[in-house]
Amino acid sequence: MTTSTASPPETQQTQAPTGEKKKSTGFKFKTYIPAVITGLWNTFKHILKLDGHKTFTLNYPEEKLPVKKGYRGEHRLKKDELGREKCVACFMCQTVCPSVCIRIIAEEAPWEDRDKRPAVFEIDMLRCIYCGMCEEACPCDAIELTETYNVVATNRHAKVYDKDRLLSN
Amino acid sequence: MPEFFLPLLTPILVFGAIMSLVPMLVLGERRIAAAIQDRVGPNRVGPNGLFQPLADVVKLLFKEEIVPAGVDKWMYFLAPALAFLPAAFAFTTIPVGRGVQIADLNMGVLFAITVTSLGVYGISLGGWSSNNKFALLGGLRSNAQVISYEICMGLALIGVLMVSNFFYDVEAGQTAAVVSSGGIVELQSGSIFNWNIFKQPLGFLIFYIAAFAENNRLPFDLPECEAELVGGFHTEYSSMKFAMFFLGEYIAMVTMSALTVTLYLGGWDPGFSLPEGFLGTLISIGAFVVKVLILLFIYIWVRWTLPRFRYDQLMGLGWKVLIPLALFNIFITAVVCLLMG
Ligand code: SF4
Ligand code: SF4
Repeated sequence: MTTSTASPPETQQTQAPTGEKKKSTGFKFKTYIPAVITGLWNTFKHILKLDGHKTFTLNYPEEKLPVKKGYRGEHRLKKDELGREKCVACFMCQTVCPSVCIRIIAEEAPWEDRDKRPAVFEIDMLRCIYCGMCEEACPCDAIELTETYNVVATNRHAKVYDKDRLLSN
Repeated sequence: MPEFFLPLLTPILVFGAIMSLVPMLVLGERRIAAAIQDRVGPNRVGPNGLFQPLADVVKLLFKEEIVPAGVDKWMYFLAPALAFLPAAFAFTTIPVGRGVQIADLNMGVLFAITVTSLGVYGISLGGWSSNNKFALLGGLRSNAQVISYEICMGLALIGVLMVSNFFYDVEAGQTAAVVSSGGIVELQSGSIFNWNIFKQPLGFLIFYIAAFAENNRLPFDLPECEAELVGGFHTEYSSMKFAMFFLGEYIAMVTMSALTVTLYLGGWDPGFSLPEGFLGTLISIGAFVVKVLILLFIYIWVRWTLPRFRYDQLMGLGWKVLIPLALFNIFITAVVCLLMG
C-alpha cells in the first residue's frame, strides 16, 4: 500500500500513517458495494458506448488503417515514360544493401541512352529489413519502397521477387 | 398424441432448450466482453458470428485428448461428467412456465439446492485425480468456497420459506410447509409486488452473491484463477473433457439463474394476470426466459467488471459478512411475521 520507497526511518515505522488506515477500514472499502456499483455503471457505459467510448477494432481485411507518410513497404522498380525500366544496373543498391538481399545480373541495353540494364533483378524479401537504403542510393531514382504492407506468401520461393514482379508492384 | 407421451415432452423440451441456450450464452459472453473492452468480438462465422459456438465445438472435438501420466483414470474420466450432470439435474424441479415443470416435488427447493452443490464433486475430483498441484489447489479452493457460501445460501433460503409459509397460512388457512418450488412461485404470482425480492431484498442480495461463488464465477473464480493456478482444476483436461467442464459451468449458471428467478423474482409470473389456456402458458414461459436471460447478463456483466477476490477476502466476506447478515435477515423476517400475524 505504501507508495514511498523504503528509506531507513520509514521502514522502522511500525504503524501505517493514519490517513491510509482510515481508507482501508471505511464503509466504502468494507462493503464493496459502492465500488461495485461504480464499476458496473462504468462497464455499462462501455457496452452502450456512452460518454464517447467507441469500438477500436478494425475489421481488418475490409477496413484498413491509413498508411503513414514515409512508410517503407515492398519495393517497386519504376518505369520511364517509354515503359522501360529506369534501372541502369549500376549495382549501387546491391552494394549499399546492409542485408545483401539484392541480386543483379547486368546485360547490354538495346537502347541508345544507356549502356546497361538488368537482365535479372531479384530481391529476397525475407532477408530485406525494409531500411530504404537502396532507394536512397539509387542514382536514377529507379527503385522505391511502396506502402504495401500485407506481404504474405505460402512458400519461401514466392518471397524472392524477380524483375517482373518488382516492375508490376 | 398418446397420453403416455406427454410427460416425456416437458423434459425433452426443457433440456433441449438449456442445451441450445448454452452455446448462445458462450457467444453472448464473448460479445459482451468485447463490447465492455471496446472490441468487436467473434463476428466472422455465420451472420454476425452466430455460428461461432459451432466452430468452437468442432475445434474442441478435434483437439488431441491428452491423459497425463499418473492420473487416477477412473476419477479422471468421471469428473467432467460429474461437473455437468448435477446442474442439469437440478432443473427438474424448476417451474419454467405455468404448469410446465418436470417434477413438482414437495421439497423441490431443497432438492435443487442440494443437487447443484453436488457439482463441486466434479471439480474437486477433477483436481484430485489430475496428479497436478495446481489442479489439486483449485479443487480444494472450490470445496472451501462452496462449503462457506452454501451456508449463506441456505440461510437466505430460510427467509424465503418463512415468508412463503406466512402468506400460505394467511391465504389458505393451512399450516403445511411450502417447500415446493411450484408452490413458492404460485404465491408470488398475480402482481409484481408479490415477488419475494420485495419481501426479502437483503435475502436476495445474499443469495445472488452466494450464487456467484457457487458457480465459481468472477469475482469468486478462485478454483480456476488463471493468474495463480494456471487453469485450476481443469489444468490437465483437454479436448472434449475440457468442454464438458465448460458446459457444466454454463449450465450451472443457467440453473442458478433459474433458481434465483424462481425463489425471488416471481418465477414465470410476468407481473400481470395471465390469460387462461395455452396462450397464458406461452406468456409465462416467455416471462421466465426473459428473467433468466437478464440474470445471465448480470453474471457476464459482473465478470467483466470486477477483479478476482483474494482468498482471505473471499472467506472473510463469506463468514464475517454474509452469514451474519443472513442470520440478521432471518431475525428481521421472523419479527415482521410475528408482528403481522
Ligand atoms: S530496403 Fe534495405 S535491406 Fe531491403 S533491399 Fe533495400 S537496402 Fe536492402
Ligand atoms: S541503384 Fe538504382 S539504377 Fe543502380 S542497380 Fe540499383 S536500382 Fe538499378
